[in-house]
Amino acid sequence: MPVDVRIPTMLRAHTGGAATVTVEGATVRDVLEQLVAAHPALAGQIVTPEGGLHRFVNVYLNDDDIRYLDKLDTKVGEGDTVSILPAVAGGS
Amino acid sequence: MAVYASILDLIGNTPMVDVSALSPNPRARILLKLEGQNPGGSVKDRAAKWMIEEAEKDGSLRPGQVILESSSGNTGIGLAMIARVKGYPFKVVLPDNVSVERRQGLEVWGAEIIPSDAAGGSNGAMRKAQQLAAGHPDWWFPYQYGNPANPKAHYEGTGPEIWRDCPEVTHFVAGLGTSGTLMGVGRFLKERNPSVQVWAVEPPVGEMVDGLKNFDEGFVPPIFIESDGYELLDRKKVVGPRESIEWTRRLIDVGVFAGISTGAAVAGAVKCADEVDTAAIVTLAADGGWKYLSTGAWTGPIDDVVARAQKIIYF
Repeated sequence: MPVDVRIPTMLRAHTGGAATVTVEGATVRDVLEQLVAAHPALAGQIVTPEGGLHRFVNVYLNDDDIRYLDKLDTKVGEGDTVSILPAVAGGS
Repeated sequence: MAVYASILDLIGNTPMVDVSALSPNPRARILLKLEGQNPGGSVKDRAAKWMIEEAEKDGSLRPGQVILESSSGNTGIGLAMIARVKGYPFKVVLPDNVSVERRQGLEVWGAEIIPSDAAGGSNGAMRKAQQLAAGHPDWWFPYQYGNPANPKAHYEGTGPEIWRDCPEVTHFVAGLGTSGTLMGVGRFLKERNPSVQVWAVEPPVGEMVDGLKNFDEGFVPPIFIESDGYELLDRKKVVGPRESIEWTRRLIDVGVFAGISTGAAVAGAVKCADEVDTAAIVTLAADGGWKYLSTGAWTGPIDDVVARAQKIIYF
């Protein structure tokens, strides 16, 4: 089913400037694989060659960080938004 | 009331208030611990005090030594107050995009402000402080993101206070900045009752820091890694500025005048209340509302306020 993926500013050079890309997928892993299939320059940037999430990438399913759900196996559904963001030092 | 020998003895022991009137679930209580009652005005007084006093004990901070830290405001204000009382000169690397009151709050205590680029946010301020500290080995750099005294302040202070005041706690929900509060309180509560769930709330921080070239410039706080944060946290929710401000406004209905990050924390507690059957959710108001009056958070048209909030660091 179609899912919107929000692309962080630093990766938009690889998506032809697009801030949102719509792809098909049943899990976050599917969605990210389809995203790379559509924009091959993203290969290896979000998911490492070993199949895990890059340590300084946070991926959210709607408002939930997937590391605390089922990680890349987290299921996605119609109308969901997957957001990719860099992990950075927050305020304090 | 007792008479205290020093203002620093008033750090901690903050009150908790029942704000369940805001809960969407009648079986889920929401309790708010008011950290704005600390003398420096925020939860960060705790980490500031612990970091300074641990360094005094182990000799890494000596009388009269310059203290340098990066901060978006609250940690800086806590350090500046304590440094003033104890006689240390204090320098703070402060991003350009903080509310004017945060800057003024630092100036009150005589802090020397070293500005950093707004586009880099707290991440950029931290990098600049690390470079300055490397070039001035005679200065003391607390490094709140990597200093174990930061979570320890919450393991020894905030956590036991919550357990004392609300032993029926089922969930702890708090903002994620350095992760000190969540790591310290979370570890303490889970040691007492392993079924306590720990939820982090954060603003869409990565979205606001657009100075990054690639993910390798990203950052996860060392205290989060050392505290096994990926295991300790049960959930992490991102709460945007609009929702944060809406809940900051709703808190006024129950008489709580708190900062914008408290609105985010309460929004997280409300999401939690929505998902559970029965719960006692403890969350934390990191500071009071005073430092955000200039943002118009309570009185301005919501779209204008949200637009302004997207340009400042309010966590």
